Amino acid sequence: MAEIEVKDITYVYGKGAPYEIKALDGVSLTFPHGQVTGLIGHTGSGKSTLVQMLNGLIKPDSGEILLDGKSIWEDPKKIRDVRFKVGLVMQYPEYQLFDETVAADIAFGPKNMGMSPEEIKEAVEKAAHFAGLSSDLLEKSPFDLSGGQKRRAALAGVMAMSPSVLVLDEPAAGLDPGGRKDILDGIKKYQRESGTTVVIVSHSMEDMATYCDGIAVMAKGKVVMRGTPPQVFSRSEELTKTGLDVPQITKVALSLRECGIDIGKDIYTVKFAAERLLSGGAPYES
Amino acid sequence: MKADVAVGQYCEGSSFLHKLNPKWKILFAIFYITVIFFAKNIFAFALLILSAVLLIAMSGINVKVLLRGLRPIVLIIAFTAVINIFWLRGDTEIFHLGFIHIYLEGVINALLIVLRVVMLVLGTSIILTYTTTPIALTDGIEQLLAPLAKIKVPVHEFSMMMTIALRFIPTLVEETDKIMSAQKARGSDFSTGSLVKRAKALIPVLVPLFISAFRRAGDLATAMECRCYRGGEGRTRMNVLHSTWRDPVMLLMLCVLLTLIILLNKYAPGYRLSM
Repeated sequence: MAEIEVKDITYVYGKGAPYEIKALDGVSLTFPHGQVTGLIGHTGSGKSTLVQMLNGLIKPDSGEILLDGKSIWEDPKKIRDVRFKVGLVMQYPEYQLFDETVAADIAFGPKNMGMSPEEIKEAVEKAAHFAGLSSDLLEKSPFDLSGGQKRRAALAGVMAMSPSVLVLDEPAAGLDPGGRKDILDGIKKYQRESGTTVVIVSHSMEDMATYCDGIAVMAKGKVVMRGTPPQVFSRSEELTKTGLDVPQITKVALSLRECGIDIGKDIYTVKFAAERLLSGGAPYES
Repeated sequence: MKADVAVGQYCEGSSFLHKLNPKWKILFAIFYITVIFFAKNIFAFALLILSAVLLIAMSGINVKVLLRGLRPIVLIIAFTAVINIFWLRGDTEIFHLGFIHIYLEGVINALLIVLRVVMLVLGTSIILTYTTTPIALTDGIEQLLAPLAKIKVPVHEFSMMMTIALRFIPTLVEETDKIMSAQKARGSDFSTGSLVKRAKALIPVLVPLFISAFRRAGDLATAMECRCYRGGEGRTRMNVLHSTWRDPVMLLMLCVLLTLIILLNKYAPGYRLSM
């Protein structure tokens, strides 16, 4: 259980150079403990930079990152400990696999943490279970796995460190719908059973709507919206303005509204829309 | 890490230097280097500086960018300067402490040598790397070496390999960066511990890097074959390199510079560079 908070963070790429880019501009956000928070935003909105700050891979130019109320940069020498507490799964993490077997690769993080062989074995098995890797895959070379399996092996590599905050940068990018669902279901299950705080970066609105407790929308290095999925998706006009899409079912609901059938602006999953329609449609007022 | 790669990178532009034929540019750069080595006394060096200023003006490149490009050689510069100041003996001693003797000649010599190193880097980078795209550069090399094809040297293949290698440097750097971050997130430590430990920490970076490089190479080969690439024979180019009036003008300017420097060496008074 842990809460992570960023306070007034700014970051500039290529400082002083003609191609200077302000990636983050006064971002303040709280990721409450035990919740799944979605971070959405267009390419270049600064979300990947932000998540790499959460575990200290990038140091902000100004501002603070607080893990359970303590700044992670308080002692720069201990940043490695922060990385064990805040597990980061980078974009396309399958490219980080290197060891001879999947099990050995998953054990890389726990080994760096200094766990005992028994603890490592247990951690690997648990992580493989959550990531949906069957035990026969564990003895294979990671390079013999399919794309989706590789992704899950990489995910297990971070889960095995049992971080108190799990940060995932586009965990489902480039996977087919079945693969997306598998991996996101696995994350959700892991979160529910371990009580980990989870941060997911994505630009798939559908996924965010289904899996997140809270959503933060970023645009041009700033947080422009923060709230629960119904709160955020009911502001679909603003979302569209920042160059983001809304879930397809939200579009359907909006079109229905234009036709005079109002089932509310806060529709963001098919299941929810069906319930609302069947119950006769009592619009949510925000 | 990205900032490091910016060293010697191409700067977009359409200046006099940008428009020179890359084939001749390579020769011009060699010419300019030769001229720099000819300069022997302070007056010749003053003229060299003037020529560098002229080159910068002709290239239209931001001076800040150029100075940033010099950063990696600061160590070399400092090293040469120190060696020259402390080791060179002369007639006029200006400082003495124990076994350390510093002579005026040593200081001047150090200054000139440093100038020479800076000019070498600045000159070649302005004429070549900053104003020529890597692709144009390899095209230039290919054309320059084209006669060697007659004696069965695979000139085209070499230049294609160079083009591809250059093309993939930024990609691989970016990839290394990403993999390093990913392994750091899993607790890899690249900056502390013994040399052996640090070398071992690189294995989790190098293995994925090599695998992805091989994968990329395979993909590229397939893509090239799909577009019927079959080597240099009978291959025509989309961008044919043209020579314009600018190339002879550049040659003329360099010849004038060389002549003036030789004259200054011979007739101008003052300290002459040793070494």
